[in-house]
Amino acid sequence: MIRTLVLLTACAALCACSKAETAAGAPPIPLLLKDHRFTPAEITVKANQPFALEVTNADGVADEFDSDSLKREKVIAGGQKGVVRVGPLPPGRYPFMGEYHAKTAQGAVIVQ
Amino acid sequence: MLGALLIVFREVIEAGLIVGIVLAATRGVPGRGLWVSAGVAAGVLGACVLAVFAGGLSSLFHGSGQELFNAAILLLAVCMLTWHNVWMASHGREMSRELKAVGAEVARGSRSLTAMAVVVGVAVLREGSEVVLFLYGIVAQGGTTTLGLFTGGLLGVIAGAGVSALMYLGLLAIPAHRLFAATTGLITLLAAGLAAQAAAFLQQAGVIDMLTSPLWDTSRILDEGSTLGRLLKTIVGYTDRPDGLQLIAWLAVVAVMITLMRLVNPKRPVVAITPVAVPHAAE
Repeated sequence: MIRTLVLLTACAALCACSKAETAAGAPPIPLLLKDHRFTPAEITVKANQPFALEVTNADGVADEFDSDSLKREKVIAGGQKGVVRVGPLPPGRYPFMGEYHAKTAQGAVIVQ
Repeated sequence: MLGALLIVFREVIEAGLIVGIVLAATRGVPGRGLWVSAGVAAGVLGACVLAVFAGGLSSLFHGSGQELFNAAILLLAVCMLTWHNVWMASHGREMSRELKAVGAEVARGSRSLTAMAVVVGVAVLREGSEVVLFLYGIVAQGGTTTLGLFTGGLLGVIAGAGVSALMYLGLLAIPAHRLFAATTGLITLLAAGLAAQAAAFLQQAGVIDMLTSPLWDTSRILDEGSTLGRLLKTIVGYTDRPDGLQLIAWLAVVAVMITLMRLVNPKRPVVAITPVAVPHAAE
């Protein structure tokens, strides 16, 4: 219980700083999921800068944007949009997938 | 069909392992079957409701509703697991020594059962909603492969439940006097892992924007996406590229858990061969 309080206080304190940072960030990068495929399948972003992906699920059913390397998972209902925020990253290739249709729904963020 | 089986299998295992650990940890507490069943039932029900409202939940809080919801229920589970461990540290000694002798003190184990029911409910809720969405997607899409995929999904549920049952039976094979120490350790790691996952969700929601860089990368040794990686992620919070905040959250929970357990029970619970009468402070 004590730890929750500490955590909550920490979160509240951090909120203030984080708001400013995200506000200054670039607009979200559009990413389309249609016929269980991502377009574009590869997204290039600058290293050490936070970014956001605006995932539009144009399919009729839900899918989960899932990436172990980006440590992000977000269910996006059919016909809906979802924003996935990612913190600053070192250069590298970070694959992601639509977990419910992983055969075709594959993509990657290239950080350079 | 194999793909469907694998996805559902993984989700079921993630929830099932937690249920197995909870069952092992509450062994000998009267009424635990009822509480854990209630937790599972509430979780399944909640998962269906959550799946229906997935779209709406997502758009709350500037599109971060899902992340905040996930972080909140994970942190709730962390609190409940902590509570259980601390409670067990102060009352568990006589329970582990005399499993069959159900005294008044032991019967009050039901207090901790409420917490564990919440943990089970939360685990089933999270993974269950993904299974529901996935299976619903298959059914909604129709097509010739629907039956195969659905069969795969069902087999995944059965296989996942089976493995979870094996894990539970494996834990039970541990002698009763050691089981307490084993489950205490498991629950500590479980809670730490959940806290690390909650940290990632808070970062994803943009609530916390610090310490986001990966500290190391062990994906070549053990890929987090592999079945073993997922198992370890569920049980101890394994992640192949942890960031600073996740590591801090993980360590903090372990530290707080151990500190609280020592505070309520200064003499570490020596569970083996000490038939010493346990002095009890009346509450």
